[in-house]
Amino acid sequence: MISVQRLTKRYGQTEAVKNISFSVNKGEVVGFLGPNGAGKSTTMRILCGYLPADAGEVRVAGFDVFGDSVKARSRIGYMPENVPLYPEMRVYEYLSYRAALKGVRARQTEEKVEDALLLCGLSGVRRKLIGTLSKGYRQRVGLADALINEPDILILDEPTIGLDPGQIREVRELIRGLATRHTILISSHILSEVEMTCSRVLILDKGRIVASGTPAELGERAGLPLTGSLRVELKAPPAEALEVLRGVNGTGSVQIVRSDGGWTELEIVPGEQDPREELFRAVVAQGWTLRELASRRLSLEEIFASFVKTGGNTSGEEKS
Amino acid sequence: MRMLWNLWKREVASAFQTPMAWVILFFLLLVTGFNFYAGVTMLNHGPSEVTVVESFFNTVFFWFPFLLLFPILTMRLYSEEYRSGTVETLMTAPVRDAQVVLAKFLGVLFLYCVLWLPTALYFVIFQIYTRHEAAGAAGAYAGSYLLLLLIGMFFLSLGGLCSSTTRHQMTAAVMTLAAVALFFMTGLLSFLSGHVGPFMQTLSVTASPIEQMTQFSRGIIDTRTIVWYLVMTALCLFLTLHAFQSRRWKK
Repeated sequence: MISVQRLTKRYGQTEAVKNISFSVNKGEVVGFLGPNGAGKSTTMRILCGYLPADAGEVRVAGFDVFGDSVKARSRIGYMPENVPLYPEMRVYEYLSYRAALKGVRARQTEEKVEDALLLCGLSGVRRKLIGTLSKGYRQRVGLADALINEPDILILDEPTIGLDPGQIREVRELIRGLATRHTILISSHILSEVEMTCSRVLILDKGRIVASGTPAELGERAGLPLTGSLRVELKAPPAEALEVLRGVNGTGSVQIVRSDGGWTELEIVPGEQDPREELFRAVVAQGWTLRELASRRLSLEEIFASFVKTGGNTSGEEKS
Repeated sequence: MRMLWNLWKREVASAFQTPMAWVILFFLLLVTGFNFYAGVTMLNHGPSEVTVVESFFNTVFFWFPFLLLFPILTMRLYSEEYRSGTVETLMTAPVRDAQVVLAKFLGVLFLYCVLWLPTALYFVIFQIYTRHEAAGAAGAYAGSYLLLLLIGMFFLSLGGLCSSTTRHQMTAAVMTLAAVALFFMTGLLSFLSGHVGPFMQTLSVTASPIEQMTQFSRGIIDTRTIVWYLVMTALCLFLTLHAFQSRRWKK
């Protein structure tokens, strides 16, 4: 659906996007992840035909976004960062106007507007002036606008920025619901968000893609096992527990985290293989009570940090 | 065509949904009403060579609000979209730049016409009450309002051009006022007739809105004037289109 080849964009002397290539297939939900100024918004604006690329080719739904701009744009629903809207218009008025601009037939406009209002939970504020809406509702109006003509592709730039936790959850649910019908490209600098909504993640830093893959794949590629570490809580004397667990096949390193009231909590970093089954048998064989065995998943945050750090190093090497 | 209609509707609606159009209309009618009253009063004080229509369109009370109208009407056209960022949602919808430029121009032109339309009532009221003709012939009305439309087209497109170059409304307003004043002042060169050559004198008289209005409000319609304003309007719209597209220029 989206194909980007060797895309470069400069603002004066600074290169905001440096020679990036990626593609998004139909039905995928892809997350653009990166710190502020990584080139996420610039790339999205180019995809939507708002800014020209300095070099490279960008095709959306088979159309060149620069040469066949209008056709490409008619396939995209775009929600810019901070959702600019006309404050003097009413919600339904704005959505009808946007539907008309996006080529929805006059006869269908009412139906589409009603669908979008319902889907985005805007039915209660349909007659309100946009200028009087809260941030959360403005965000939803932007989302309703993006999907009003049921475009093949949704491009959402920081859709949950500035929302409170409850609203973030609502918008996230909404996006997840849309994933069944649209191809979605979503940007964020909040990692948990991308992790929860996206099937694939592209990590951008300083205008380059430093990593891409599913959150699990990224974990592997970062050189860290996905099951970052295990927590075990036993009713056993600390010294004995330490000794027994160290002897279990597959445990890399074992450390005591805490011990009180007869309970001992240990952290285990796994080695080559998954030690969980062996651990359980060893504990049972000793006649100890196992209260907790939990694997702490490596968060995208840690994966992200490791990539951005290496990305920074390579660009430093290039300069020297 | 349908796209143009949709864009145009929003332009017009945005003017009337905010107090702006109504406030301008109120003050314009106040000033032009006074202007009409002053004209009639003057004619009451003795015989005169001018008609009511001529006296209405050729006073400082007419020209002053007339010139102020352009920066006020055009300053937000593009600047507001740039500042609020709505230009991004607008231009990522499948619309062409030329459609937006044309719709904005036609929208503000419509507003301009709506603002001037009620002034025609003055002459209707005059005729009903006094049973005198307000003008020598129907051509005087046609001429006056035609010139009003033509100058309006040029100055509005000039204002739109200024607005399309900046995201600050005030900057756009100042630029428009300066540009409009510049074209308007060419007419004042004729007061220096002793010091300028015959070519400049002819030019200043032909290009002067004041001189043109003196002629048109008598019903004397000069096609050179019509062509001049149409060409200048087209030129301004063309430049506006390019200024509006400048974000898509490759460096």
